[in-house]
Amino acid sequence: MTTPTLALDVDGPAAPPRSNGELVFDEPWQGRAFGLTMALVDRGAISYDAFRERLITRISSWERAHPHGQGFSYYRCWLEALEQELAASHLVAPQDVSARSAQFAVRPPGHDHGHDHGHEHDHGGGHGHGHH
Amino acid sequence: MTDADDALDPALREEALESLLLERGLVDTATIETFIRTYETAVGPMNGAKVVAKAWTDPDYKQRLLVDGTAAIAELGFKGPQGEHMVVLENTPSVHNVVVCTLCSCYPWPVLGLPPSWYKDPAYRSRVVREPRAVLREWGTDLGPDVEVRVHDSSSEVRYLVLPERPAGTESLSEEDLAALVTRDAMVGVTKVAAP
Repeated sequence: MTTPTLALDVDGPAAPPRSNGELVFDEPWQGRAFGLTMALVDRGAISYDAFRERLITRISSWERAHPHGQGFSYYRCWLEALEQELAASHLVAPQDVSARSAQFAVRPPGHDHGHDHGHEHDHGGGHGHGHH
Repeated sequence: MTDADDALDPALREEALESLLLERGLVDTATIETFIRTYETAVGPMNGAKVVAKAWTDPDYKQRLLVDGTAAIAELGFKGPQGEHMVVLENTPSVHNVVVCTLCSCYPWPVLGLPPSWYKDPAYRSRVVREPRAVLREWGTDLGPDVEVRVHDSSSEVRYLVLPERPAGTESLSEEDLAALVTRDAMVGVTKVAAP
């Protein structure tokens, strides 16, 4: 599998990933989790099928039991499945993720953490597209 | 928010995971961003719409498409992850096909992009199997009792694309104009294509 070539037609009549009235990712981190997974699959670090099996399990676990009032979040299941697959493949231990998350959580406001998560601006104005 | 709550924040965990993978040389930022940009902007239902419009206007192509979906779709340059085993389902006046993934969200990325939220939603995934006619009615697709409804579950290697019926009164339209009529929802099979 190779990285798809980009043939951007963002402004043309056929810009349609968004044309059905909905953004592909509701929040920037969801896109990052997707891109991260595909990048790992692309270089053969993990297998998509193994990841998908874990995703199926995560989704069915959520459906069987979830906190009252909590809505279904597909990408939360996705991220959990990715973490599990990386742990099972001995690539990233869950405690490392927790430790790093905790470090990030206490950053002062306005921190610069070195890489641009730069999709915020794409999404900021996007809610007007909603399908009604 | 407490620190414990922050640690559960998926945005924070994703960022943590990404930073660890970058440090370990398992991913690079450019590849991650190429995938995001590709599926946000370059791959989407317009690809499937071109396939459908070509099938409506070129009987030979339609034949090839129904026999070997993967190959016929690749003729138009659409291939890649989740499009390796494509099956095209033709809707007719007597048969209406609709697609679901009961276990997760398998979806033909090269022709439709990433799935919309309703396709991933537990309610759609369970209900369309149990009561497809009721679900279709909620989408405004009212099928007569003489129409057979076929529900296809993508939870295998196969990914499906529905070839909707060409609407009446579109005989004079060009392939390009026809493609503009074709919607994502019609290619999943929850709606029909409306005449302009």
